[in-house]
Amino acid sequence: MVKKIRAFFDARDYLEVDTPLLGVSTNTDIHIQSIRASACNQPLYLQTSPEFAMKRLLVEGSGSIYQICHAFRDEEKGRTHHPEFTLLEWYSLNFDYVALMDQMEQLIGELFESSLPFTRISYFECFQRYLGLDLHTAALDQFRDQVTQHITGIDVLQLSRADCMDLLISQMIGKQFSGFTFIYDYPAEQASLARIKQSNPLVAERFELFYGEMELANGFSELTHASEQRARFERDNQTRTENGLNSYPVDEDFLQALEQGLPDCAGVALGLDRLLMVLLELNAMSAVLVLDTQQLPLRP
Amino acid sequence: MASYSTNEFRGGLKVMMDGDPCSIIENEFVKPGKGQAFNRVKIRNLKTGRVLEKTFKSGESLEGADVIDISMQYLYDDGEFYHFMVPDTFEQYPADRNSVGDANIWLKAQDMYEVTLYNGAPLAITPPNFVELTIVETDPGLRGDTAQGGTKPAKLESGAVVKVPLFLEIGETVRVDTRSGDYMSRVKG
Repeated sequence: MVKKIRAFFDARDYLEVDTPLLGVSTNTDIHIQSIRASACNQPLYLQTSPEFAMKRLLVEGSGSIYQICHAFRDEEKGRTHHPEFTLLEWYSLNFDYVALMDQMEQLIGELFESSLPFTRISYFECFQRYLGLDLHTAALDQFRDQVTQHITGIDVLQLSRADCMDLLISQMIGKQFSGFTFIYDYPAEQASLARIKQSNPLVAERFELFYGEMELANGFSELTHASEQRARFERDNQTRTENGLNSYPVDEDFLQALEQGLPDCAGVALGLDRLLMVLLELNAMSAVLVLDTQQLPLRP
Repeated sequence: MASYSTNEFRGGLKVMMDGDPCSIIENEFVKPGKGQAFNRVKIRNLKTGRVLEKTFKSGESLEGADVIDISMQYLYDDGEFYHFMVPDTFEQYPADRNSVGDANIWLKAQDMYEVTLYNGAPLAITPPNFVELTIVETDPGLRGDTAQGGTKPAKLESGAVVKVPLFLEIGETVRVDTRSGDYMSRVKG
């Protein structure tokens, strides 16, 4: 699989890069926890994705790039999660997210050696079609009602609107999918590092690729505004503190690079362990890992 | 008792939920890449035996339950309690009819059973998956009928009634699966 991936990008003249796994700063996303490391008495973080480092290369004029690397996320383990996993991440210059979805279809077609059908549906349409909910107008109670109807044994009063959306998309809507499905145009609150759509400020130019109900990839038209990016990092850190999570140092090198100007591009990260599960028709990630920390013993 | 967070949940862990001791059967971690993580948990209430599905926000925790499984020898039934003993320490535990439940038909004095203790008192009794018991009551055997594979009811020394092949006689020992109540084979004494 890795050979074919390299061949795909080499044929398109993408540069393969290799960025550090240890960093002095890390991702501030409130739902992604970094693993702390330390070296030479300095606190460091294992990177949750190579995104910031790769974007700095783009600013330096690298042209389109790709990388196959390991990424680390604490507190994630299960049938389709592992604290250490493998990512393929790439950035295509002068692409927007729609062109990037097309390119992903080509890549996956080559990996599977067949032209597979892909479905595309917007995030808004998902809720409309499968739950009859209008995302823009539905009240929190309507979201909670849907959760009560579809998800067993949960105290809905503790759930925010965003929690309900996460649960419904992964546990109800996702289960209706078969084969490869792109969900695109995520709500602006879930923009992450994506650009807000000019024609509709309520959504971000972000997509995710699913196989059945399993999430495989997350991509965007990249946000190139340094000041907006800084504001998002700071908002994340504020929310982290309010929720009793560690706040993380903001990646100043990355923000400085953005100020110099990130070229127009779209980028995506694709989970290779999960893609391999799909290719080999395996049901659990443990089957594609050499060392599975799930097997580590329970603390005494 | 320690408390356990959702990422420590795994099959067999005993926790308290809604005031009852429960055993976790399955824990599935679900998380959108950039969203809130949840754990969907299958959990058995050890008092009622009922299996429930629960969804937790990841990071929530449950108190551990003081529940342990100990292998004990069954001694006798005094009409109110079934008495079990830990062979090493000779400690005895009376188990009421409720806790023994349907397992009573497999109890035979001297044999070993898994006793689940909750706060030091028997909560449930689990017989081994396979037991060997002697037939105490059945219709006379019909020799020559062995090929046909017919069955007849036979009462075993523990009180269970199972279907056995026609050729078996009173006094013979059979191997039975306690989960299904099915006859497995004849045991040659």
